[in-house]
Amino acid sequence: MKTQLFTFHGGVHPEQHKAESNAAPISVMPLLPRYVVPMRQHIGTPARPVVSVGDRVLRGQIVGAAEGYVSTAAHAPTSGRVVAIEACAVPHPSGLFDLAVVIEADGEDLSIDMQPLDWRALDPSALRNRIRDMGLAGLGGAVFPSYIKLNPGAQKIHTLIVNGAECEPWITCDDRLMRERAAELARGIEIMRHALGCTTVLLGIEDNKPEALAAMRGAAPPDWRVMSVPTLYPSGGGKQLTYLLTGVETPTGGRSTDVGIQVFNVGTAYSLYRAVELGEPLISRVVTLTGHVAQPGNFEARIGTPLADLIAAAGGALPGASGEIVGGPMMGFDLMDLAAPVTKAVNCLIVKSPSLFPPKPVELPCIRCGACARACPADLQPFEMYWYSHAKNFGHAQSYHLFDCIECGCCAYVCPSHIPLVDYFRFAKSEIWEREREKASADQARVRHEFKAFRLEREKREKAEKFAKAAEKSKVAGGADAGAAPADPDAEKKKAILQAALERAAQAKQTVTPKNTDNLPPRVQQEIDAIETRRAGVENTESQK
Amino acid sequence: MLAAILVMAAIGLVLGGILGWASIKFRVADDPLVEKIDAILPQTQCGQCGFPGCKPYAEAIAKGEADINLCPPGGADGVKRLADLLGVEPKALGEGKEPKPKSVAVIDENTCIGCTLCIQACPVDAIVGAAKQMHVIVASQCTGCELCLPPCPVDCISMQVIQEDVLSWKWRYPVHMMKRVA
Repeated sequence: MKTQLFTFHGGVHPEQHKAESNAAPISVMPLLPRYVVPMRQHIGTPARPVVSVGDRVLRGQIVGAAEGYVSTAAHAPTSGRVVAIEACAVPHPSGLFDLAVVIEADGEDLSIDMQPLDWRALDPSALRNRIRDMGLAGLGGAVFPSYIKLNPGAQKIHTLIVNGAECEPWITCDDRLMRERAAELARGIEIMRHALGCTTVLLGIEDNKPEALAAMRGAAPPDWRVMSVPTLYPSGGGKQLTYLLTGVETPTGGRSTDVGIQVFNVGTAYSLYRAVELGEPLISRVVTLTGHVAQPGNFEARIGTPLADLIAAAGGALPGASGEIVGGPMMGFDLMDLAAPVTKAVNCLIVKSPSLFPPKPVELPCIRCGACARACPADLQPFEMYWYSHAKNFGHAQSYHLFDCIECGCCAYVCPSHIPLVDYFRFAKSEIWEREREKASADQARVRHEFKAFRLEREKREKAEKFAKAAEKSKVAGGADAGAAPADPDAEKKKAILQAALERAAQAKQTVTPKNTDNLPPRVQQEIDAIETRRAGVENTESQK
Repeated sequence: MLAAILVMAAIGLVLGGILGWASIKFRVADDPLVEKIDAILPQTQCGQCGFPGCKPYAEAIAKGEADINLCPPGGADGVKRLADLLGVEPKALGEGKEPKPKSVAVIDENTCIGCTLCIQACPVDAIVGAAKQMHVIVASQCTGCELCLPPCPVDCISMQVIQEDVLSWKWRYPVHMMKRVA
């Protein structure tokens, strides 16, 4: 079927490097002795650990529960024992540690009772709740919780785009997945279509993956359109692919859902199939391991697999390796710690060598040649944004639509002065976010401070009023007392009752001792004694002051 | 000649009247400059500037009674923004006004005697507790002003520097590599 494609502006043709890893089939990683499951694997609120150290867990058991709306669960990748819940190395550009559940495998790999779901009979909302507990998040790299994306909400979704473009060099995990598991993937897409209630399904695959195209065309029902798109980085960007296939532009600051289109990665569709039809939560994903290693290829790794073990599975790094990149060479970041595990976001690990990734040339001044603007797929003017980000003039950078930048790296790729433009944009974005956070907390503090001042003023006024009233009353009462008998005939009676009650209370105090301090176990008694001595100490110090 | 003078005088009177009326009718009650300065100040309400809060300091700056470099939590960046707003030269932070790392106050629960003195001192009502009950600081509301430290009779409050985590981490400014000229 011949269909019209729309070409987006810009884009680059970096060296592909796909052949290194796309020849061999996906190999399943053997079971490892230790897994590290971070709680923050998705965009939004991190999961909350629901196991404690020493607990026995089964494969697929929830170890971190979804917390709040934008969140999703994390699961045990195998059966074993929880040995730690602590800050561990995670794949993050900062190299900072983050909370994770560490599981020591028992080697039996026992699983929870996985219940397949008859999704056709199920209400989409019930289906979404299930998906939330299955820990699904977008596997293309953004890891946005899938159950939210599957909720059309107020907007009507008419088109589902499945992203199999895989435009970044080196990465081939989606390619292999489409070639080998097309039928399962297609069923996952059908589940998505059911949940979204949309009719049109478009599948975009770059034309450098003819086998994947053929496999998906074979597995697709007749009413889908499997489209071959020209190989051009970044055709796999959500907004770029949407434009490429439909000609619809995503509005500034908006999402594709604003124009009735939802985009999912093929990997997400496959794990959705496993979650719904097999009842298996997201505990594994396909990761490309390539670059300077003995046997590059794709591995089906459990979430939580330490990256060092992943490299070992590919025969280990070759001599002369000079570091690792998580993700692709265009958008990825340097790995700080090989103990970091495979997370839902990790689609690729590239082992670097000086010949494959030569050190970056020295940055030269911008000559305003405009090459970056011609390459920008988001129709921005990177040289202007660079200018203001470089000068830390964030307001102006923002006025050039800094936040429409998808950080694809095309500008830095074409820059003749070798300026790391994306680094500047990331810096500017995180500074702006920080300032917004600070401003929000300053505003909150201002409101609270003003309220406190108001409250103190009000309390003072109320007190003054009360005193004034009381003074007036006593004046009036004093005047009345001089003449007649008490105004209230019951007053004497009330006074007597009160007196009796007070006497009873005093008597009770003398005779009754609190019962809860009798027969205490020695440990508690010791504790009480310790507290008493501490209190005595505190009182002493206070009286000395 | 006389006609011209009369006409000019009449125009002057009319316009003067309009201006006088407008100045009463469209009077700006608050000094907008104070609001603008207050928006730049960090709202820690710490009093390190010598004024009882951010608003009084903003008022003092607006009147020209206080210098712009007295706010340590605002840092050099805050001074620069104040200088931009007021059209004066930015200057270094004043003597003894070095900014400290952002911190929150933490109450040692084993030592707290529940005296409520810190609750009264907190400018943003970020401490919860009652007489003879243990107090606790709501970390997300704490501005790190340290005003609760001096009143505590048992010195059970300490300041803890907020550590950077994965969420608050920022991309660093790209290191600018220059070509060495031989």
